Amino acid sequence: MRRASLLARLPEAWRQPLAVSGAVLAAVWLVVVLAAPLLAPHDPLAQDLPRLAPPGPGHWFGTDQLGRDVLSRVLYGARVSIPLTLLLVVLSVAIGGLLGACAGYFGRWADETIMRVADLVFAFPTVILAMVVAAALGASLANAVLAVLVVAWPSYARVTRGLVLGIREREFVLSGRLLGFSVWRSLRVDVLPNITGPVLVLATLDIGTALLLLSGLSFLGLGAKPPSPEWGAMVASGVEVFDSWWVATFPGLAILTVVLAFNFLGDTLRDALDPRTARAIKERAL
Amino acid sequence: MKPDATRERTGPRVPPLARFLVRRVLLAVLMAWGITLVTFVLTNLVPGDPVAANLGQRALGDPAIVAQWRAEHGLDKPLWQQYVLHLQGLLHGDFGTSQQSHRPVADDLAEFVPATLELAGAAILVSLVLGVAFGVVAALRRDRLADHTLRVVSLIGISVPTFWLALMAFYVFFYRLQITPGSGRVDVALGMAPPVTGLQTVDALLAGRWDIFASAAGHLVTPALVLALYTIGLLTRFTRSAVLEVLGQDYVRAARAKGLPGRVILFRYVLRSALVPIITVAGLAFGSLLSGTVLVEAIFAWPGIGQYAYKSATTLDLPAVMGVGLVVGVVYLAINLVVDVLYGVIDPRVRLQ
Repeated sequence: MRRASLLARLPEAWRQPLAVSGAVLAAVWLVVVLAAPLLAPHDPLAQDLPRLAPPGPGHWFGTDQLGRDVLSRVLYGARVSIPLTLLLVVLSVAIGGLLGACAGYFGRWADETIMRVADLVFAFPTVILAMVVAAALGASLANAVLAVLVVAWPSYARVTRGLVLGIREREFVLSGRLLGFSVWRSLRVDVLPNITGPVLVLATLDIGTALLLLSGLSFLGLGAKPPSPEWGAMVASGVEVFDSWWVATFPGLAILTVVLAFNFLGDTLRDALDPRTARAIKERAL
Repeated sequence: MKPDATRERTGPRVPPLARFLVRRVLLAVLMAWGITLVTFVLTNLVPGDPVAANLGQRALGDPAIVAQWRAEHGLDKPLWQQYVLHLQGLLHGDFGTSQQSHRPVADDLAEFVPATLELAGAAILVSLVLGVAFGVVAALRRDRLADHTLRVVSLIGISVPTFWLALMAFYVFFYRLQITPGSGRVDVALGMAPPVTGLQTVDALLAGRWDIFASAAGHLVTPALVLALYTIGLLTRFTRSAVLEVLGQDYVRAARAKGLPGRVILFRYVLRSALVPIITVAGLAFGSLLSGTVLVEAIFAWPGIGQYAYKSATTLDLPAVMGVGLVVGVVYLAINLVVDVLYGVIDPRVRLQ
């Protein structure tokens, strides 16, 4: 019997070009995060190269206005942006998911309070609110993460609430309660495990959005401070010298490829999911 | 016979549509009040001291000057009193005085809001036309080349960092190829059209100045397209799934079985009902366009609310920040109210919920 190729043994949804390219892109960036010091030809902060040199041997992505190697900064930038974005999404899932589960499970005033607060956050366009929050807290990368967190949790709260409402009255949950499960045990044992799938898909799709927002805040000067090799801040520094196109182009491409990787993956995951839960995610809208 | 006479209902007889409208408007007013509360609380959480941000070193050393400045801006009163004063002012159209420009925030906003609305309006028009067209094509050609291509294109559209794309477009089309006009809203040499609506293209037409109109429209193209890319991607994806859902309905199959031409089926049967969710998403998309202007206006030196917001946020200009947050929040709220009402008018089932 011939051995099927690795690709062919994957489930149908994962054999599409979209899923494969998403996975490859994500894997490449994962390697970069782990091995940046080995891959980078120069110190990302050292200012010892000729200034604004175009891409060429020795510095393949060119150098910036302070004589730093753009390639090395882009590679090291992965260590700034990607872990922070993942942390951000994990935190929003935890906070939003917990609040949404409480709202859906307990109903009444808990539901009203939590969902009205979520509505209020939804009443603002995200960048505007994140910008106001980041400015209010003071410009720093940690505060930018906090600001994105403030605007990101409500969508998880909405989706989780909807899902919990859907299974709260199901027999296995009720019988658990009748067996004497405490509220928290019921939530933990019966409710939460049944809603993790769709929430995970939503989280994958959200990684891209979170990175765009975080780097956008840095671009506006409300996030990472120089000389940190953060991609948004690097694009911003490229604006000052926009005729040296390479300074801004490569960090922007880095953001684009990371966001693309997670959007490709998330899109595939959503297709692989059953239609009922897929709808719950779709209705989260933007 | 009066239609109401047949009904045996207690309580006031209000038509469902009117009741729906009243409820939606009341909810919107409540949300607007919530927005004032949020902007106020947020801007008062600021650890940075606005006194330090706005007075010079010498003035800071003098307690009398500091106290006077605080009293002038109402900062010496308890928080809740400051909020009540703030709310009273808002009801009279008073957004406070910008601590940076020393002008009323309302005047600043009146100057900058139209520029942003013109940009965001152009972008939403482009996104609706292209997004819906792409989505319909993708749905009709499901699982074929066009569908796959559009899926990748729309995914790229929602993955591109707007601020980077704006810079790239500026560099390639203005700096390199020189086929688009540079920054700003019109050629400086032409001057602005006499302000009526604040929208340059409309004002130019009202004044009969075709040269200004052409210049304003030309300046609008690149930033509007850059801004629209994200919402085009979004609307393409939503339209595709909305159309696919309707295509599977029995009445569409019946229409096909009757032998109606595809054009009639598409426009009268499919698009009509698919449009309902699309309109909702378009309302939300407008919010993301308003957000996007903050990132795009900086590159194209577009004198809009995005640039103003950024400047006031970095200088901790509290009244200005509150003003921007309020105006954008309320505009967004109004758009969503209109969308909800449209939704209720189009689809009677919504009113009954």
